[in-house]
Amino acid sequence: MNGLIVHTGGLYTTVQDTGRDGYYEIGMPPSGALDQFSYRAANLLVGNPEGAAALEATYIGPELEFTDDRLVAVTGADVPVTLSGEPVKPWETIPVKAGDVLSFAMITGGARVYLAVSGGIGVPDYLGSRSTYTLTGLGGFEGRKLADGDRLPLGERPVGTAPAPGSGVSESLRPSFPEVAELRTVVGLCSYRLTDAALRSFLETTWKVTKDADRVGYRLRGGTLDFVEREQPFGAGSDPANVVDLGYPVGSIQVPGGDEPIVLLNDAVTGGGYATIGTVISADRDRIAQTKTGDQVSFVSVDIDQALAARRERRERLDRISNELKE
Amino acid sequence: MATIKATMPGVFYRCPSPGAEPYVAEGSDVSEGQTIALIEVMKTFNEVKAEVSGTVTKFLIADGDEVSMGQDIMEVDGA
Repeated sequence: MNGLIVHTGGLYTTVQDTGRDGYYEIGMPPSGALDQFSYRAANLLVGNPEGAAALEATYIGPELEFTDDRLVAVTGADVPVTLSGEPVKPWETIPVKAGDVLSFAMITGGARVYLAVSGGIGVPDYLGSRSTYTLTGLGGFEGRKLADGDRLPLGERPVGTAPAPGSGVSESLRPSFPEVAELRTVVGLCSYRLTDAALRSFLETTWKVTKDADRVGYRLRGGTLDFVEREQPFGAGSDPANVVDLGYPVGSIQVPGGDEPIVLLNDAVTGGGYATIGTVISADRDRIAQTKTGDQVSFVSVDIDQALAARRERRERLDRISNELKE
Repeated sequence: MATIKATMPGVFYRCPSPGAEPYVAEGSDVSEGQTIALIEVMKTFNEVKAEVSGTVTKFLIADGDEVSMGQDIMEVDGA
């Protein structure tokens, strides 16, 4: 069987796609690529359907050997890439042959690298998705991150015209990694629990990403937020940050204890008893996904119309890439 | 002389567990591939390996400090 030979798995490399939607109410988060823009762009570059399964590597990329002719593309974080020792460009269509080895050096910007291969990663579909959810060990490749020596199946190479080798995504359409990543946020659902001063402080503080930042969530540090005094309602915990249980939106922000806000991401718990004071909009979850431990983020309040406009704008950027590649 | 850099961000530890002896001390020899420290990130403790063999001349970061990607960790005098 043709596939990918995993020489080294990297630090945390998983198979991901658009996510396993439709099971949130039974407590299963969607998983899926954290930076959906970079992930989808990688697929477009190799002629795949936008939602084909690809690899997401955090901090340290894998080393992979190919066993047949394919097209590959690397997007996401800035990282020097080599193919059998020769430098190749990210955000471009790269042809590979059997025996070629793709390697990554140290990331110079961002946090997560996406690698798409024509045909997609051919792991079995589980509940409509090939995304890995490592906490319960399902989906993706054996429900886990890649390990040295794995052999990853690849899908059938797509028929039809693929982008020509060397096709690329314009610099202006690629993400940038500013010193402080601004995360547009819709305030709510339980922001009533914060004092006015605390909500202002939340939005004015520049927060630092702690070591506890992964696909489940990002824990931040940089300030303390005060909650409105209240009588503990029946069914809520005793911490001022507790409310009666509710569903947690993906991207929602909770502040257990009043310090260290946590932004919940694609592998997070789907509900619980902490007040969610805001939700990072879907378009900017791409942005938080490219921040790493030690980086800085800030929250910018937007309304739902602005959030939906940002989502449309991201869709238009992907369509522009798709059109550029057809020219 | 070579400088070993952090390949991931996180919290830097010189010992395998609290209270244990450090993996390596200044002045001792290390060989390529040997574990010299841990970096805690994403809820896991990841081993940092020496990329060269030689004598450890200096640690450039203290136990328990935050470390950023690419930060210098240790100087090794090549054998």
